[in-house]
Amino acid sequence: MSTLALPRSARDTLPLLRDPALLVPLVGAGVLIYLAVLPLFMLLLGSFQVEVAPREFVYTLKNYQNAYASEYTYSTFRNSLIFASGSAALSFILGTLLAWLTERTNTPLRAIFVPIAVVPLILPGVLESIAWIFLLSPKFGYLNVWLKYLFGLQSPPFNVFSLPGMIWVHSVGQVPLAFLMMVAAFKSMDPSLEESAMMSGGNTWQTLRRVTLRLLMPTCGSVLLILFVRTLESFETPALIGIPARIYVYTSEIYLAFNEYPPDYGRGGALAVGLLVLSAIGVWLYTRSTKEGKKFQTVTGKAFRPRQFDLGPWRWAGFGFLMVYFVFVVLLPFLVLLWASFLPFFAAPSWDALQKLGLDNYRYLGGFRPFWEAMKNSVILATLTATVAMVLTSLVAWIVYKSRLPGSWILDFLAFVPITIPGIVMGMALILLYVAFPIPIYGTIWVLLIAYVTRFIPYGMRSASGSIMQIHSELEEAAAASGASWWETFRRVTLPLLRPGFAAGWIYICIVSFREFSTSVLLATGESRVLSILLFTMFEQGQVTVVAAIGILMILTLLAIVGVFYKISGRVGLQT
Amino acid sequence: MIEVKSLVKIFTDGSNAGVRAVSQVSFTVEEGRFYTLLGPSGCGKTTTLRCIAGLERADEGEIRVAGKKVYSASDATFVPAYRRPIGMVFQSYAIWPHLTVFENVAFPLRVGKQRFSGDEVRKKVRGALEQVELGGLEERMATQLSGGQQQRLALARALVREPQVLLLDEPLSNLDAKLRERMRVELRELQRRLRITTLYVTHDQIEALSMSNMVAVMSAGVIVQEGSPRDIYLQPKSKFVANFIGSTNQLNGKVAQVGGDGTAVVKTDEGEICCAMLNDITAGASVVVVVRPESVVLYRQKPAQGANIIEGKIGAAMFLGEYLDCTVELGQNILQTHQPHSLQVRRGDAVWVELPAGDCMALPAEQ
Repeated sequence: MSTLALPRSARDTLPLLRDPALLVPLVGAGVLIYLAVLPLFMLLLGSFQVEVAPREFVYTLKNYQNAYASEYTYSTFRNSLIFASGSAALSFILGTLLAWLTERTNTPLRAIFVPIAVVPLILPGVLESIAWIFLLSPKFGYLNVWLKYLFGLQSPPFNVFSLPGMIWVHSVGQVPLAFLMMVAAFKSMDPSLEESAMMSGGNTWQTLRRVTLRLLMPTCGSVLLILFVRTLESFETPALIGIPARIYVYTSEIYLAFNEYPPDYGRGGALAVGLLVLSAIGVWLYTRSTKEGKKFQTVTGKAFRPRQFDLGPWRWAGFGFLMVYFVFVVLLPFLVLLWASFLPFFAAPSWDALQKLGLDNYRYLGGFRPFWEAMKNSVILATLTATVAMVLTSLVAWIVYKSRLPGSWILDFLAFVPITIPGIVMGMALILLYVAFPIPIYGTIWVLLIAYVTRFIPYGMRSASGSIMQIHSELEEAAAASGASWWETFRRVTLPLLRPGFAAGWIYICIVSFREFSTSVLLATGESRVLSILLFTMFEQGQVTVVAAIGILMILTLLAIVGVFYKISGRVGLQT
Repeated sequence: MIEVKSLVKIFTDGSNAGVRAVSQVSFTVEEGRFYTLLGPSGCGKTTTLRCIAGLERADEGEIRVAGKKVYSASDATFVPAYRRPIGMVFQSYAIWPHLTVFENVAFPLRVGKQRFSGDEVRKKVRGALEQVELGGLEERMATQLSGGQQQRLALARALVREPQVLLLDEPLSNLDAKLRERMRVELRELQRRLRITTLYVTHDQIEALSMSNMVAVMSAGVIVQEGSPRDIYLQPKSKFVANFIGSTNQLNGKVAQVGGDGTAVVKTDEGEICCAMLNDITAGASVVVVVRPESVVLYRQKPAQGANIIEGKIGAAMFLGEYLDCTVELGQNILQTHQPHSLQVRRGDAVWVELPAGDCMALPAEQ
């Protein structure tokens, strides 16, 4: 399982320096450690400090007291718990139902539904929340207005500015993730397990209950867990819907601590540490439960199609459900945004409003400098983050899986640490780091780059290591046996073979960076604002229709990036 | 051309106990010769080859390739793989899927110290491809070749630099039987023509016997016997070698008499057997007499003369096309024999077994 015979001990390392190219991956490892470990360390430190005088810090537990023993502690805890578990449950149920209909039944037209279900991932979280505010706001929300009109109701049936409203909006954004995870679970079920149950005399219902569900349980547990943790860490819905509704969760509290004058970094830090601990426990439980789940996995080398349940006439109900989901959950928010972007001010659809449709908002944006600044920042950050993260993780993945340097497993571990760090905690940690060591990058695009790269390293690592593991060692050994030095092998064999994984990771990180909000909200100020923050601030200021226009342009830009990417990768001969 | 002295390689797992994959292995491959390391899985043959290639770093010993010291534990010499004058063919061929046939073979010419001009590269690559009968396929993607073609591509790539030494790690094991037969002949012819020093690793004794000038049989990290194919096959020095090379029958017994000219008489349960004996074994010692299935002769009637004639009974007779696989019960022993298919026998028939004295070998019975 070795490739090149690298030295096994420190004593042998000196000859290593004769091949200086080998230092490159080691430097990459150093960068990784700096990114993953240092901010967290500063966060922990900062949470125990209070600034008594400018630049004078004193160690204290007061921050934790403020954070966890105040009058708001109970309500924050309650809200966070309800928000997270409600979202997890709802997105899980919807995602599982959709996955089951598309993977395990004979619902008509289910095949085209799979890409459709994933489309909402293009919609940044901020926009999702804004669109649902347009639809379900008690006074002006379109759905409320129509339903009131249709049924002659006195008061609006839906109020998005509530905990249930928050749960709905966030779940809708998370369903694609739940869907993809459950589809994978359904795909990997061995039909012979169910068939043998039926052979032994069980009917459909009994088989479903005793075999199918039992097999799925570990996966369900882990999916629920990951949805719970991600909701706990999110800030888009708590920011746009929670704050106006005065419903505060942990992430909102961190943001508010930061937004006070003067900012209470200590309390924010203490809250962040608590959230981090919760998140870490959640991720740890998740990795443990997926290891357990592997016991039930029955994927062998042979390909098989899982059994389709014949729903009979009920399959049209399934089809109906898919259609309703598509129209209401995928299409409607997008249409609402499109509509609002053409309106000079927010109004319900009517003939009157139709006449007012125009390109005013777009024309305004054409000359609106902050918009172009934010667009520039977002695009540069997205592409740069993706590139840096993928190059870094490719090197680290090579060290972990292909070299035999002792202790390389530590790098693998470190590369996944950032996945436990909620976005807003990352922002908080970096603030504390640069407050303590004021390198003048705070307030610029570079601190955002560092934050983004750190956050998305785990995703890059997943793609990179998946790809690297598939590169048979003998391919690199053959290069060495043909006379290629380490660098020549890496450049001519490893990197080209890595390209599909590199590309897949790149496009994913590009998309999530472009959408990023919870880290940027603390770190992006003034000149370094990105589009998601611009949306947030302008929406809070009430310029809702302009915001809708920005949103549409944002979606179009994202689609353009994805399109260009696929075009290029097609030409270079990649398959992603 | 290849000199290996007292090579030791230990693989350690987490605990301190290590596995001695290669233990004090020494051998020499002369220039232009075809030398095979033969043995079962885990015997250390591939590890030895990889140490010579520079893909593994041994723990003790010395290796010289083409007269140059490439590894020495005593003065901490280690020449990395890419600086050794070798060409290597891997078991999985290790063809680069993202390159064409041409680029695969051209790769060794494009890396490393020596630089060739575009024309030289083209000429050498074409030459190498023609040598392995892959001419005309230059522009195909390497993955579009069949298994046999990929194997030849790997060979062309290994030879394009005209290395001093060719290393092959079980290159034929992924081919089907017919192709393997053909490639055995082709490889051997190629090697003879180019007169390139070749070290070959395999677990297949037919490959080893048919292709090599010299064979070293390895087991558990040591070379148990080294010799020409004929010697290894006809005069195995131990039960392990006898068993590993071809199938063989074993009869236990004690040496009754030692003849001076390499013969002996061994007393077994089936009577006294005259056989050959090479090792230094004294009278009275426990031995095992080995005789190859194809050497055993069966008669329907007791033959008038001949040594080692024993009566037996047919156990089973399987028609395998090329020969009849007959098992014969001799008392408590069951002999495996290969008989011409003209022999008409059935289960339970009484037969007379002749074990020709020259084809029987007495070997020390291991404890």
